[in-house]
Amino acid sequence: MSDKGLPATFENPGLPPHIHRAADDDPRAAKRAERQVAALFTLSIIGTLGFIVSYFAVPNDTTVFIPFIGKTILLNILLGVTLAVSLLGIGFGAVHWAKTLMSDEEVIEERHPIASSDEDRAKAVGILNAGAEQAQLKRRPILKATGATAMGLFALPLGVQLAGSMGNPTKALEESKETIWDVPEGGKPIRLVRDVERTPIKASDVAIGSVFHILPETIKDSKHVLADKAKAAVLLMRLHPSSFANDSLGEKAKSWGYEGIVAYSKICTHVGCPVGLYEQQTHHLLCPCHQSTFDVTRDCNVIFGPAKRALPQLKITVDDEGYLVAPQGFAEPVGPSYWERKK
Amino acid sequence: MSTAASARAADLRAGDAKAAPLGAPKTAAGKVAVWADERTGIAKGASVMLKKVFPDHWSFMLGEVAMYSMIICLLTGVFLTFWFVPSMGEVAYQGSYLPLKGITMSEAYSSTLAISFDVRGGLLIRQIHHWAALMFVVSLSVHMFRVFFTGAFRKPREINWVIGTILSMLALIEGFAGYSLPDDLLSGTGIRAAEGFMRSIPIVGSWVSYIVFGGAFPGEAIIPRLYSVHILLLPAILVGLFAAHLILVMVHKHTQYPGPGRTENNVVGFPLMPVYTAKAGGFFFLVFGLLTLISALVTINPIWAYGPYDPSPVTAGSQPDWYMGFADGALRLLPGALEFEIFGFTLSLNVFLGAILLIPVMYTITGAYPFIERWVTGDNREHHLLDRPRNAPTRTALGVAAITAYIILFLAAGNDIMAIRLQMSINDITEALRVLFFVAPVLAFWVTKRICLSLQRHDRDTVLHGRESGTLVRTAEGKYYEVHEDLDPYTRWKLVSFESPAPIAIGSGKDANGVSSKAAKKERRRAKLSRFYFKDRVEPVTPAELAAAHHHGEHEAIEAPSAAPQAVKRAKQD
Amino acid sequence: MNALAARRRHPAAIALLLVLGLALVGAAYSLFAPKPAQAAATAVSADAINEGRQLFLSNCASCHGLSAEGTKSGPTLIGVGAASVDFQVGTGRMPLSAPNVQAPRGERVMYDEKQIAAMAAYVASLAPGPAIPDEKVSSGEGGDAALGGELFRVNCAMCHNVSGAGGALTRGKYAPPVQGVEGKYIVEAMLTGPQSMPVFDDKNINEEGKASIVNYLKTFESQPNVGGMNLGNLGPVSEGLFIWIFGLALMIGTAFWLGQKAA
Repeated sequence: MSDKGLPATFENPGLPPHIHRAADDDPRAAKRAERQVAALFTLSIIGTLGFIVSYFAVPNDTTVFIPFIGKTILLNILLGVTLAVSLLGIGFGAVHWAKTLMSDEEVIEERHPIASSDEDRAKAVGILNAGAEQAQLKRRPILKATGATAMGLFALPLGVQLAGSMGNPTKALEESKETIWDVPEGGKPIRLVRDVERTPIKASDVAIGSVFHILPETIKDSKHVLADKAKAAVLLMRLHPSSFANDSLGEKAKSWGYEGIVAYSKICTHVGCPVGLYEQQTHHLLCPCHQSTFDVTRDCNVIFGPAKRALPQLKITVDDEGYLVAPQGFAEPVGPSYWERKK
Repeated sequence: MSTAASARAADLRAGDAKAAPLGAPKTAAGKVAVWADERTGIAKGASVMLKKVFPDHWSFMLGEVAMYSMIICLLTGVFLTFWFVPSMGEVAYQGSYLPLKGITMSEAYSSTLAISFDVRGGLLIRQIHHWAALMFVVSLSVHMFRVFFTGAFRKPREINWVIGTILSMLALIEGFAGYSLPDDLLSGTGIRAAEGFMRSIPIVGSWVSYIVFGGAFPGEAIIPRLYSVHILLLPAILVGLFAAHLILVMVHKHTQYPGPGRTENNVVGFPLMPVYTAKAGGFFFLVFGLLTLISALVTINPIWAYGPYDPSPVTAGSQPDWYMGFADGALRLLPGALEFEIFGFTLSLNVFLGAILLIPVMYTITGAYPFIERWVTGDNREHHLLDRPRNAPTRTALGVAAITAYIILFLAAGNDIMAIRLQMSINDITEALRVLFFVAPVLAFWVTKRICLSLQRHDRDTVLHGRESGTLVRTAEGKYYEVHEDLDPYTRWKLVSFESPAPIAIGSGKDANGVSSKAAKKERRRAKLSRFYFKDRVEPVTPAELAAAHHHGEHEAIEAPSAAPQAVKRAKQD
Repeated sequence: MNALAARRRHPAAIALLLVLGLALVGAAYSLFAPKPAQAAATAVSADAINEGRQLFLSNCASCHGLSAEGTKSGPTLIGVGAASVDFQVGTGRMPLSAPNVQAPRGERVMYDEKQIAAMAAYVASLAPGPAIPDEKVSSGEGGDAALGGELFRVNCAMCHNVSGAGGALTRGKYAPPVQGVEGKYIVEAMLTGPQSMPVFDDKNINEEGKASIVNYLKTFESQPNVGGMNLGNLGPVSEGLFIWIFGLALMIGTAFWLGQKAA
């Protein structure tokens, strides 16, 4: 068959004929729609009143049992549901009104190209040029240069004030290396205390397979408890001495510990979450934030996950009374890596 | 006075006279309107605005869900500011939540507990605020998907796409700042990790951290600072950009799906007054109402369960809100091997890539996409008719591939929850997701493209052979065939009114004199990309093809496809 | 069928579907919800040891060895104490139904209280070990909920989650939920350190601390679900899923209804 006389593409057939709705032709349907909309608006009014009544009438602590939710606070449910009814009544009413009673015949609006006409552009360019001419921009380059420089610089004082007063970064490097485990020269070793109770621990208190969450005794004198804790939190575990790996890492871990009791920084070397999940059978430590896994038998080296470095070990021993003490602070900065960590 | 001028004056007077029947306003509303118009001239603009036409489609409401969620957040946020105390000063809790009685905590946490337990209706407002925030990011993401897959970002709307991209990125930061404010154990762990992120920035990391926290982590500055970022700085930018977004929608007029009567030069739909006022206005109440209902029935962020922030404890299942999940997931997948020592300095790419670089890089690629596509297609026309996603197979496939990669990262953030719920090993899940991050997007691309092409072919078949009527006819010889009904022109138009551009021919990369030039090389690259985009394509049925199909008869055409015109055209390689 | 098909596109169908979906999710959560532990009061008599030995020989010895010295398939029970037996058998973890990365909490407990007490008495007679905790500790009475909360967050939450919903450990192991678990078993687990769990004996967290932890968990459980459905207390992951699935479905459903031409 020849395709002569046929266009290359189909023609847009134009808008299809409008199909009437029930409410367009049937006054009874229209009346029904009207009643439905009015009912929805009324429901909203009831919701609003319900909210106000609930707000003033229902006590804060009355509980109620609701399937799928369980025991819950009555006030919260009542306020929420009545407010929702109040809002949804208006919403459903208005949309239902628009759909059933307002005209549903589509209208056409013409579009015009977004770009301005050539004349308009020429006019705008003309005004700009004339303005530049009047301001004598070209003839007075020194105004142009100084003006532009001044404009470029004016925000600087504000920036300096803001950045300069946010905090003092000069201490960033030294403070990153310090913890309250650090013992001043000739100072007394610091006792290890339980995190919550802050009581000291005897080596004999630590059973094999147990884990203690530790802070330095110095925390009691701390002026910035959270900031100090954020670097000084330590995890203490006791392994059977034969559990440690038979290599230099295992030996080092053991020798920095006391009879199989070892203490490691709890602050993850990845981004600083507390690494607290100790599996006493595998001797693995897991960080709950990003799943870095450390092997306690091998000096807390990383065996899985996004961390690179081992957890820093805290060297411990016992004092005259048998309490666990740390004779010195960490040998390296604790927590996440940063650029100048090794400096 | 010339005659022309006097005629104009007469016209004016006539116009005045015509307007006169309106007369002096009688109703109170009329009086107010006249009062306002005499001072603002608002009637001129209003008459244009009120007649503005908006096309009707459910997918066009996704942006509205985002807009309304944002408004609801602003509204409920103002409420919350009246009770929330943005301070890290310590207090001993004396409110009505028993399990925390007497515990030392920050004023921020204590006041959030007060909002939840002691301010009547405070918990409802807080839950609406948080659910609306989640809904805001959900709906703006899905709105972005709609705009992407229908090609609505094409000229002249590239600027609006970029604004939307920035809005989306700021929404993430706004959300992070917001859920960090209560200073509970979970959000505090998030800030703790954020401090680790800052430290990973090469060279300036520890300085940035010290400046942001006003000293060592956590210090006492971060909550008040996040507070002013959350309630002042970012909302101001969000609202400003959003206003620009909306003005541009007005200027461009809304896009519309292809269909009968819809052209590049018109917009078909309903006028603002009254239909859209009722529909869009009503929709605000619907969104607000539904979010309120969710907030009445479902708990969000039970901060009382987490306890106050303390750097020593942590909870299993520490996750950020969902929209930060992909970055957290990236951190879980990036292996520790990416941390290096160079010249004694530490470079933590394992953190830096996922936590600091990922978000800006992702949004830069997203924001640049319209410009990339325009460069490849060389298409400089205005587009107001949307593409059906199947009619742009490569773009659709690219979008699905990107979303797949995003979903893999998102899943990685829940690897621990998956491990317990599915009783799998968290290590296996992590390893699998590491591989899937690279493999799944490629697969998704390929599958999506095939699906698009076969849908297009199906469209062609429908146009050529009509719709299956469900009526079986037995011929005299005992054969059966199904009667196919011809499409009416309105239905057919939707299936044939699309463009299927051919790829640009690949040049030799050398100019006329046989010398390879930079410009020619660029053209060659462009042609290669164009081939990637358009080498597999399905063309719309032409009237001639339809006539030919009719000539062959309805059912024979199916039985003898070789007689039918070549349905799929592979690009010829020159 | 036809009537159903005709109403398929009715606007109310979306609402109906959503309601059904919500009901389903509710049902699913109630499945996930922890079940209360079986009550098992202990009453040990002096000559129970013999009965316990008989029970041990016929039910446990194949893995733990004829004199509880341990074999390749099971650890030694010498010195694990009565608390360990009461915990493992009382929660249905033992006897192990199938080899696995760790013993899951049993669907049902295989022995009655008296038999468990007898086995516990037998194992306790082999060597000293943690005894079944005193009622005043395991009931949590006299403990301080706020202190218990602090202890729980520092010592337990990293594995068991702040709301006791449980959490993942490495390679498929996990910390089970502690919501709804009887106080006695919580204290026994702390004393004996079952499976991956470290030991929290009385020198680590003293009796007052243990009672406080139990008290805290009981207080926490008795709190109403303040904000409504708790989505399994799984934190932002379940909240994100909820808003993506149900929140978005509600919004799109409504938008769809709004754009539909009225009948």
